[in-house]
Amino acid sequence: MSQAAALPASAVPVVPVRELLPWAVFAGVILLALLYLVGMDQGATSVFSGSMLHEFVHDGRHLLGFPCH
Amino acid sequence: MVRTLLIRGMLAGIAAAALTFVFQYFVGEPALDGGIAFEDSLATAANEPAGVELVSRGTQSTLGLAVALLIYGVAFGGIFALVYAGVYGRVGRLSGRATSAVLALVGFVVVFAVPFVKYPANPPAASLDDTIGTRTGTYVMMVVLSVLVAVAAVVLGRRLVARLGAWNGVLLAALGYLVVMGVVGALLPVIDETPADFPATVLYDFRLASLGGQLVLWTVLGLVFGALVDGGSRRGSRAAMESAGR
Repeated sequence: MSQAAALPASAVPVVPVRELLPWAVFAGVILLALLYLVGMDQGATSVFSGSMLHEFVHDGRHLLGFPCH
Repeated sequence: MVRTLLIRGMLAGIAAAALTFVFQYFVGEPALDGGIAFEDSLATAANEPAGVELVSRGTQSTLGLAVALLIYGVAFGGIFALVYAGVYGRVGRLSGRATSAVLALVGFVVVFAVPFVKYPANPPAASLDDTIGTRTGTYVMMVVLSVLVAVAAVVLGRRLVARLGAWNGVLLAALGYLVVMGVVGALLPVIDETPADFPATVLYDFRLASLGGQLVLWTVLGLVFGALVDGGSRRGSRAAMESAGR
């Protein structure tokens, strides 16, 4: 911790946890849901029925490394 | 402050997705077409009627690919910004730009490269349709465990750095991560179902393209986000200096 003392406190504006937490939870959930839709939906599990979404993002899904057919 | 970081993260993600699209359109698509050609040859050999195309190949390889990459880029850009907000100034004492670059490297290794070593990307027709449940489950397990073990390694690494110094502490934590992930990889089920007559060059080119595309994505994300946040802090500190000088 001697390094920490060497730097002036103002040099690193640390984001307070209580400011970060609501953003992390809210945005985190939405962003993970987006990843699920691109990577997995209409594969092993389906939130939306049919295979339109799967077919549309098909190439991206394969190339991004997600398991597909 | 978090709002600004989140927006910049998603902007960096859009930039990363755009360049990855260019790369994958020229590098990934030819390999992917090779897999589809193999799929078609199987269908012809089995005298199966041509299936109805919901989305044409032309749309899949252009608009579909672009939209998929864009959503992926925005999502990872946002998550990247949130993690950055959590670690900046807490883990290590690097500048904003350097933190962003290191975080991108760690993200590439933890989220993609290590799971890829166990469960590499597969072109169309290189896996069995019926095993999609197992393959999805094991892949998600590999990614989630990789992230959890990496978080544990960072927590442990901070203590090691305090005891052994930055170089040895970080090396030891990274080694610990790799050893634990090696054990996890060895314990998770083996998936080996590529047809014996699947063209080897297609498989090789496709996996190389997948790896290359992710490398482009994370590199652009880390560098662009770093430029966006460091430019802001430089302006901020200059303004602070000017106001202090007055």
